[in-house]
Amino acid sequence: MAEAMQTAQALPAGSEGKRSGGWWGMIALIVTEGSLFGYLLFSYFYLASQTEQHWPPEGLPDLLIPGINTLILLSSSIFVWISERCIQSRQMRWSIASMALAVILGVCFVVIQLHEWNDKSYDMAANLYGSLYFTITGFHMLHVIVGLIILLLLLLWLGLGYFDNRRYAAVTIGGLYWHFVDVVWLFVFTSLYLTPYLY
Amino acid sequence: MTHNTPDLSLNRVPEMGSAPIGSAAEIRLAELWETAPGWRGWLSTVDHKTIGLRYLVTAFIFLLMGGVEALIMRLQLAGPEQNLLTPEQYNQLFTMHGITMIFLYSLPILSGFSNYLWPLMLGSRDMAFPRLNALSYWIFLFAGLFLYVSFPLGEAPNAGWFNYVPFAGLEYNTGPNIDVYALGMVLLGISTTVGSINFVVTLFRMRAPGMSISRVPILVWGTLTASVANIFAIPSVSLAFFLLWLDRRIGTHFFDVVNGGKPLLWQHLFWMFGHPWVYAVVLPAMGIVSDALPTFCRRPLVGYSAVALSTMATMLLGFGVWIHHMFATGLPTLALSFFGAASMVISIPSAVAVFAWIATIWLGRPVFNTPFLFFAGFVILFVIGGLSGVMTAAVPLDFQLNETYFIVAHLHYVLLGINVFPVIGGIYYWFPKFFGRMMNETLGKWSFWVMFIGFNLGFFPMHVAGLLGMPRRIYTYAPHMGWNMVNMITSVGSFVFALGILLFLVNVLVSLKRGALTTPNPWDAPTLEWATPSPPPAYNFAVIPIIASRHPLWEDRLDEGGGRSSLEQGYLLMEGRETLGTTSLDADPDIILKMPDDSLAPFFLGLFSALVFAGLLLHWQNFTILMVLACSLSLAAWMWPRKTLLQRVPDACEEGAAHG
Ligand code: HEM
Repeated sequence: MAEAMQTAQALPAGSEGKRSGGWWGMIALIVTEGSLFGYLLFSYFYLASQTEQHWPPEGLPDLLIPGINTLILLSSSIFVWISERCIQSRQMRWSIASMALAVILGVCFVVIQLHEWNDKSYDMAANLYGSLYFTITGFHMLHVIVGLIILLLLLLWLGLGYFDNRRYAAVTIGGLYWHFVDVVWLFVFTSLYLTPYLY
Repeated sequence: MTHNTPDLSLNRVPEMGSAPIGSAAEIRLAELWETAPGWRGWLSTVDHKTIGLRYLVTAFIFLLMGGVEALIMRLQLAGPEQNLLTPEQYNQLFTMHGITMIFLYSLPILSGFSNYLWPLMLGSRDMAFPRLNALSYWIFLFAGLFLYVSFPLGEAPNAGWFNYVPFAGLEYNTGPNIDVYALGMVLLGISTTVGSINFVVTLFRMRAPGMSISRVPILVWGTLTASVANIFAIPSVSLAFFLLWLDRRIGTHFFDVVNGGKPLLWQHLFWMFGHPWVYAVVLPAMGIVSDALPTFCRRPLVGYSAVALSTMATMLLGFGVWIHHMFATGLPTLALSFFGAASMVISIPSAVAVFAWIATIWLGRPVFNTPFLFFAGFVILFVIGGLSGVMTAAVPLDFQLNETYFIVAHLHYVLLGINVFPVIGGIYYWFPKFFGRMMNETLGKWSFWVMFIGFNLGFFPMHVAGLLGMPRRIYTYAPHMGWNMVNMITSVGSFVFALGILLFLVNVLVSLKRGALTTPNPWDAPTLEWATPSPPPAYNFAVIPIIASRHPLWEDRLDEGGGRSSLEQGYLLMEGRETLGTTSLDADPDIILKMPDDSLAPFFLGLFSALVFAGLLLHWQNFTILMVLACSLSLAAWMWPRKTLLQRVPDACEEGAAHG
């Protein structure tokens, strides 16, 4: 068997980083979730382009707090990334610290966003804009919360010493989800907060 | 090497060898992969073959339920001014019939085939995500039950399967009917999505070494294309239904005209999903034919690459033609022309496939047995359905025919012709693989002819009814409209068709008990699934084979050059449940994948998710929250990194033992 001989090389076993099934599954999940947000934003623009109402009802949105919040969320992504790099270079303490920081920043985002919701003078049922605003940011909030639970689990598993530089696929995969949640926010932010300035 | 402690080292050279039936290695494999007996094993199994059969049986039961609904409608319509059914009952019946056939039968039955066959065709020991596979089945089952619970209470969905607002809005439809549909569809969407993800990853990672992307069977191409489409399209319909539910129960305004909402948004979201879906339920079925027909023509499929490419081209175009369901909504003429043209273009790739099948029959030496009849019958129905489809793609004609029985005829030719006939043919074809027994030929031929004649008798006259102006979705009609004759013929034909299905079922039951025992490859077919015993053992392949051509079992005969596949000698991989992961295009060995054991997590996650939706339907807030928590816990337990799967690093002491 000529062909059989040539494959007599050692192969990694188990969930090895980007060769693991989970990594591929996560990418597929992100594609389908990304489409979900695509359809949400499609609905937003479709309805916005035909509306005769005040859009947004309270006038152009204030950008300061949401802008800062965006930076908070993005920086949290950076710390997840650092956490993974630290595993690769076997600095497990730093990895844990960085992951913890990422979680804290994520929680900050949630708190500030809840504040934003509170400040609105309308709710989901008040008008069309409210329906869209709260549904879209609500969907995103749901993803942030799921992402935070994932980060917390990763933190726990890191603390339990489950991973080192040889096996840490869960961190790569969970981290990828968190990056996705952050990138989606950029789209949501652009659509809901920036595009109203264009018309 | 002692087998009591599996080798957990993080890198190793995979052992090669052979493991004939009865050898120590083979017995060990069976131990590793077999599901425990009893109810625990029954609920926890992740074997793709069991799940595939469950999908097939469940979807077939839904076909029968939808069929009974259809027969009741045909009784009502057999003559004018009958009052077997009230208008409301008729509405619920045709809606449930549509929902059942479209969502609970036609895709799930194909998922059943693919779940059962993919790992066998690809030379793997299971799908990429066995537990996800189980989850997808359980949620499908629960979503089906969810959609049906309100039927006996007389509160079933009643606004047609595409459920247009404002008719489906709260204003015109106050009962729970539409909520059941909306929530049920979101639930079912989860099942379809995770199932599709599983297929895509399986294709890219789980093919036997040497099975490059141009050597996979067409069924795999069909299901792959459908799955990719689902991954993009399902969110659209789930979102549409979710927004509708918000409108109805939370008071949002997405479709609410008075407050600036737009009912057309519903149509866009629905058909952006709906049209790709139509292809998703036919492409894998076309794949069944492309793979099985050559076996009975005793030659390879003509134009493999053309058919594979046309499969994908159909889907790409399919995403561009959703507007053709909305020709009559007052869109700009330019848009109409564009989408009308696109709908015409889409018939080109389908024509490629048709010519490939005809050429295969023409150039081959056909063996006229039951599966062949079903596949050949399918080709004929495909042509008729396609022609009436091209007719409605012409915008002016669509204005005339929209909402008449012509459309009903067209969609039944497409769906029964391209889905039901290949599916029944496929069951005849793979039955020996599933159960190790042949189906009865005589009964088989009878069932085909009764079905074929009944079908054409029942559905061809519907074209005429449509041209005579009979609208669809009417519960009765006046005697002087001139529709009496066609409707009577249609009803008679429907019952003849149903009789054909009944004959098929009798054949299944009889053959299960008394069918002749078979060999691994009774049809002398070319593809890899026939290299395993019938029925295949729990581990599928005693050794992961090494593939050298598109027709591993016909290599001696075809001599396509390119060497011989190695089926007896291959990768042993038996340190726990294991299979080989390969690279996406060339299928070079890449990783030893550790496969999960049977688990109850999928069942419970499925159950709790269904209960979340039940809670939403009944407005039980606390219950819903509780069930969300239960889902999260099941998920955390599921995802918990395991040492046996090498998701985490082994402890220091164990590592020493493994190397020692
Ligand atoms: C014995 C076989 C069948 C019979 C006799 C039958 C008959 C019917 C009838 C009478 C209607 C209602 C037409 C109307 O009032 O507008 C209908 C609608 C429909 N059927 Fe069937 N059918 C059969 C099988 C199937 C199958 C196998 C599928 C799909 C795979 C299917 C899909 C549909 C759909 C999508 C509708 C439209 C429902 C709606 O208007 O919302 N049918 N069928």
